Order: sequence, then structure tokens, then C-alpha cells
Amino acid sequence: MSAVGRALSVLNRLAGSEIIDRMGLRGPAQAVAYKAVKNGFVIGDAATRRFKSLTKLAKAEHLPAAPTREVFDLTYTEEQEMIRDSAERVAKEHLRRAGNAASSAAKTPDEVLARINELGLLQYAIPESLGGVGHERAPVTSVLVAEALSYGDMGLAVAGLSSVGVVNSLVRWGSAEQQAKFLPAFLEDRPPAAALALMEPHVLVDPLAPRTRARPDGPDFVLKGAKAMVPLAEQADLLLVSAAIDGRGPGVFLIERGAAGLSQRADCGMGVRGASLGSIELEDVRVDGAALLGDEFTSAMYEEMIDLARIGWCALAVGTGQAVLDYVIEYCNDRVAFGEPISNRQAVAFTIANIAIELEGMRLLTLRAASRAEQGLSFHREAYLARVLTAEKAVEIGTNGVQLLGGHGYITDHPVERWYRDLAGVGIMEGGVLA
Amino acid sequence: MSVNLEIPRRLEAFIDQAHQVAVHVFRPISRKYDTAEHTYPVELDMLASVMDGLTDSGATGGAGARHLRSSKTDDGDKKVRNGGSMATVLGFTELCWGDVGLALTIPRQGLGNAAIAAVANEEQLQRFKGRWVAMAITEPAAGSDSANIHTTARLDGDHYVIDGEKIFITAGERADAIVVWATLDKNLGRAAIKSFVVEKGTPGMELVRLDHKLGIRASDTATVRFTNCRVPKENLLGSPEINVQRGFAGVMQTFDNTRPLVAAMAVGVARAAIERTRELLAEEGIAGDYKRSLFHVKAAEAELYRLEAELEAARLLTLKAAWMADNGMPNSKEASMAKAKAGRVGNEVTLRCVELCAAAGYGQNELLEKWARDSKILDIFEGTQQIQLLIVARRLLGKTSDQLK
Repeated sequence: MSAVGRALSVLNRLAGSEIIDRMGLRGPAQAVAYKAVKNGFVIGDAATRRFKSLTKLAKAEHLPAAPTREVFDLTYTEEQEMIRDSAERVAKEHLRRAGNAASSAAKTPDEVLARINELGLLQYAIPESLGGVGHERAPVTSVLVAEALSYGDMGLAVAGLSSVGVVNSLVRWGSAEQQAKFLPAFLEDRPPAAALALMEPHVLVDPLAPRTRARPDGPDFVLKGAKAMVPLAEQADLLLVSAAIDGRGPGVFLIERGAAGLSQRADCGMGVRGASLGSIELEDVRVDGAALLGDEFTSAMYEEMIDLARIGWCALAVGTGQAVLDYVIEYCNDRVAFGEPISNRQAVAFTIANIAIELEGMRLLTLRAASRAEQGLSFHREAYLARVLTAEKAVEIGTNGVQLLGGHGYITDHPVERWYRDLAGVGIMEGGVLA
Repeated sequence: MSVNLEIPRRLEAFIDQAHQVAVHVFRPISRKYDTAEHTYPVELDMLASVMDGLTDSGATGGAGARHLRSSKTDDGDKKVRNGGSMATVLGFTELCWGDVGLALTIPRQGLGNAAIAAVANEEQLQRFKGRWVAMAITEPAAGSDSANIHTTARLDGDHYVIDGEKIFITAGERADAIVVWATLDKNLGRAAIKSFVVEKGTPGMELVRLDHKLGIRASDTATVRFTNCRVPKENLLGSPEINVQRGFAGVMQTFDNTRPLVAAMAVGVARAAIERTRELLAEEGIAGDYKRSLFHVKAAEAELYRLEAELEAARLLTLKAAWMADNGMPNSKEASMAKAKAGRVGNEVTLRCVELCAAAGYGQNELLEKWARDSKILDIFEGTQQIQLLIVARRLLGKTSDQLK
């Protein structure tokens, strides 16, 4: 594709996102309303949502990997910068302001979800052929968006990215039938709430060996078990649930709200509370064979899903870590003790320098894993190391953030105590988001 | 322009060459010159010639101490470069995977060469081409506070007259010349500090002693005294003007280029330790396949992953600093971040590997104990851990060196 062609293509895809108008980003090129593309789909009533296949797909549509790159480079594309800038603005204007109240209530305000949806992330995740604007896998863009949103509030970012993770999974691994049935609803004005439920409640949890079981029974599967720390758990219309299939290893099942034996309830944690976390219980939930994600869901695919989710959590940690860094710089420069700003002291200044250093390390490991995934290279080791580093450093950044504010850090007048709680979760979580 | 943190394929052949040097030249003589401190590693003469040849043929991708010139072109060409800084960083990582001490004493690859590359004019570049140049900054009473040096340079006709004593000069005995930091006027503070190339054998320049060290014993560390030492005034690097506004910038610019290099050295020695530890642990049945989370594997395996993650952070910070230099972006903060992280990680990794391997780690039949000694210097020279943190913190907080001391 020529440079001009590429630029036009970018503009064309961006044109569909309402956020462009809202943010005053619309250029001279006229919008191509992607909604026109959606006219083939009947818009359902969100309150009594039923996922129905209205079109038939000859084969599943998977976004291709990006071409491999020749040069070490940390420059974002124009498209990535535009999306990130938009996400940053939503984060600053809405998520940051709503964060404290959402954390207290452990509930995601609809208004905030709507603002995040306006970014058009669902449209970006869905291929053009299925009515979206996606053209290739974009884990790096996902990382930038997660980071930008988490700068506002991690919990709310998770809530806003939850459905995107499910859509990404359907696009990446779903069968033609599953894509045709579930994806159209996510292009509607009020998309369904969906969540990737991989985490389980027991200690020493290992996502590779879920305790939730799926017992084959004729053409069906019968699921039994429990999931924890699921975003939007109570309100989710669609859940992707991991389970060990007897005799086959782990698989992921598409389970709709209202399935017999399925219970969804709010059950919040220490942090990430704006995500409306909750628990899922499956008491002999019967689904048909078509509910198993993918034509042939393999353990390699499952491991990829876990890795992409972990990359997502690393990106969230980077965003919140950056929020901590920016906040403590301002606070410690202003706060006077013993006659001068406390940041004039090495004990304070070095702590801040170390936050910056470890944060940048986290960011680079996360980007490397995402970039490898984007280029279709193996990325398990890189995701693993990013997770290991982030689990340790994120907690360290959180606790140092509070420490630098002293007593003020401990009270909810300042957001650092919330970031402390949020950052304590990033090394634990499985699923929920997907890079 | 797209995010990619993989080593560019274009540099792979060069990296492999450096690795071959590490494997076939450095490793076999590593213990020999650790034991025979102050003995010149004659094997390196051959190597230096080979490296000169490679550099001149362009096969190194623009690597080497004398190619560490920050790219400042602004010709509207937006193409992303992976140039001399990245190649040098990657090359030194491999060499120090082999042996840090030997890498520091490769003829014609001294830190002074890097200083010349960074700040010399064209005439000087030509005149000092092909020389092995060491770097003399530290004094008995001035280490990290390098603005406080006492060595003086006094203009007298066509010469500067240098007086003072310098310590901790890497390759100070072996090099053909030394870049010496001296002040033109102690009352004018750091702005008056200039660097001068003093050629070996200049009257008034005297080798006082060679130090015995914890590690990097293959590399000589000298004390040199300058008494009424006259150097041609054309040997002053940079501008002779004392510009209080610009201050230290001229001489300090060298560090933006050499700090990622030292960071790369730490990455190299740490990787050597992790790889060897991994091999030794594998013999005990520890797979290291990144399959299960830290809480589901043996403690030794978990520690290996943790160290590897830290090393990866150091490595990528280093590559970022080099990438910025290659693309003409100011990288002082990032260079110091890389140096701070890699310096401490290199040390932590090598020490933990000694611990993980127990007697094999501590004993002298393996090189693990040597690497744990070698790595320590990398968190000290070219600016200690604490100096790096000061630089990073001042940048982040917008503070001067008077506010944040």
C-alpha cells in the first residue's frame, strides 16, 4: 500500500469513531460512517439481550499478524498516538474524576463505560469484514490504551476493557459460527457487557490447571466450578469461562447470562474496585458443543490467552504506576518540611527516581511482549518475564507512592492509597483484560 | 515507525562476531589474567587489529568506542536508525559476556576514545585516529564530585601546563594517551573544567602505581601524576572558552554516550552468569521453561526467572538509551536510568548466581565468582549508582544540583 493509501486507510478507520468528533480531531477528510456498514445487523434490545446469529459466515475471520519489523524502534504510529491521546483525555476527564467514588461503591458508573465505549475500541477489535474497522492484530495499541485508561483509574479501565477482551478472543480464536452469533451485538450503540473469567478463588491458583471442570455429555458439556475477580461479573451478558475438559485439558466456554446453574454476583476485592469485580459459580451448567471457543481450541491457544491477559494487566500497571510517579513528583516538590521541599532530600528524590526507572523497565518489557505478539512471534517468555517484573515492581511503586505522601498518602483525599490497592492486584489477576 | 524491541537483523552478524571473540578469545584466557593481575594480555594485540579491520571495513555496523558520536542530523529524514550507539552497546554486551576486564583493555577501544569521539573537532579526530586513549577524571580528593577536581591547566604560550594527580585510570599504563580533566580556573567552578589529550611520554607525566582490585584484574588501573606537564594547546577537546551558562555540558556529554555502554557491559556479564547458572541448575533437573508461575516452581527456578526479568529490564533500558542517541534525541536521563538499573542488576544477578550455585558458584573452577567480583565496578565507574539516581531525580523533579545535592 502506498503512503497516501495508508494515510487514507487510517483516516477512514478513524472516521467511524465518534470520539473523533467529541475530541475535535476530525480532519478535513469527511467521515465514513461505519454505522452504515452495520446496517446489516438488527439492533437488539440491550435489556433482554439474546445473541442471535443473523448472518452466516463462510469461515471465521481472524485478524492477521503485522509484518515483522527490521528496526528496533519505540515510535508509535500516528494511528496509535491518536487512539492513545483520545484514551488519555477520557482517562483524565472522566476516569480520574470518577475513580474514588467508583472505588467506594465498587461499581462502574454507566456514564464512564459509555465514555470508554465511545473510543471505538470494540470497532477496532472487529475486522472490517465483520462490520468493524480492525485490520490487523494490535496488542501494542491495546497496551497503549490500557496504559492510558489506567492512568485515570485502573478499576474503571478494566471495566471498560472487559468486553474488548472478549471480542478480541472471539476474533482471535472464535469459530465462524461463534463470530456470527456474538460479534454483531458488540457493534451496537449499547454493546453487551462481557468478561473473560479465567481466575479462580482457591489459593495457589494456576490458570493452566483450572479446577472448574467441563464434563462431556453427548454433544454437550456440563460445567461445574467457580471463578473469581471477574470484571462486570454481576451484569455480564456473556462470559468466557475456562474449564478443564475431562480427558482433553483446558478449554474456554462461551456462557450466556441466564444459563441454568449459572450464578453471577458482585464480590469486590481490595482494589480494582471500579471494575465491578465479582464471582461466578457454575453448578452443572449445560452448554452445547458450539459453546467451546474455537473450531479446535488447543492448549497453545489457551496459553496465548493467558499471556495476552497478563500483558494487559502489565499495561494497566504501567498506567497506574505513571499516575503515581506524576503525582508524587508534584506533591514532593510542593510539600515543605524543615524549610525546603522534601524532594530536595535524597531519600525522597531517590525513591522517586527508582519509581521512574522500574516503571520504564515494566513498560519496555510489556511493549516487547506485545510487539512480539503483534508480529506473530512467540511471546510466552516475554509475557512471563513482564509479569514477573511487574508483579514485584508494581507493588513496590504502590507502597512507595503512599510512603512519599506520609500520613496524607494513607487517607482517601489523595488517590495514592487507591493506586496502592490497585497495584497490589496486577501480579495476581488472570483474564479480565486482553492485550 | 512501529514498536519493535527485537535486535535488528542487520546487526546480527556483527553481534555474532563479537560473541565469537568472547567465546574463543576472552573465555579461554579469562581466569589466566584474573590471576596474573597487571600482566598485559598479549592475545589482545591480534584481536585489536582484527577489530580495527572490522571497524574500517564497516562490518561492525558503526560500532566501537570511536564511533560513539551522538547523531545530531536534522535533515528532515525521519527514518529510524539503529546505528553506532546501538551496535556498540550490543557488541560490548557480547564482549563482556566473555570478560569485562579484557573488554576494558582492548587496545584502541578506551573510554578516552569515546570522549574524543563525543567532543573532538575534525582535526583532532584525524590526529588521534588509531590511538589508544584512556580517561582520567577521578582524583584522590574528588570522585563523584568531579566538578571539584584540583588538577589545573594553565595556558602558557602555545601550551597548557597541567599539574595534579589522577587515580583510577583504566588502561592508564597501556594506553597511548590519556584524556585528562583539569580546571582552567578553580574559582569559576565546573564551567572551567576542560579535557586535554596528554600523550604517553610527555615530560612531567609519571605513572605512580597500579592498583590491585576486587575484579576486572585483566584491566590495569593506574595512578598518574602530572608535574609541570606541557601539552600543545590544540590538545584541548571542545571549546577553550569558559562559558558559565553552558557549564559542564561539554565534558559531561561524554557520559551520555558511555553510560549506556557501561550498562551494556553489566548486561553482558549478568547474562553470562544467568546462562551458566541455568546450565548448572538444569543438571539438577530444573527446567526453566517459563511454564508455571513463581509459586509453583522450585525456589531456585523462581529466583532465576526473577533475575532474568530484572536483566531484561536493564537490557531494554540500555537499548532504549542507545536508540535515542542514534536518533539524535537527548538521552541524559535515559542513559542514567539504564546505567543505574543495569549497574545494580548486574551486581545483584552475579551475586545471586554465586549463591544459587553454592560451592560451584563460590569456587574458582567456575567463572561465576569472578563475574560477581567483576560486576561490582560497573555500578561504580562512569558515575556510581547514587550519582545516576541524582541525575535522574534532578531531571524528573526539575531541580538544580544546588537544590538536590
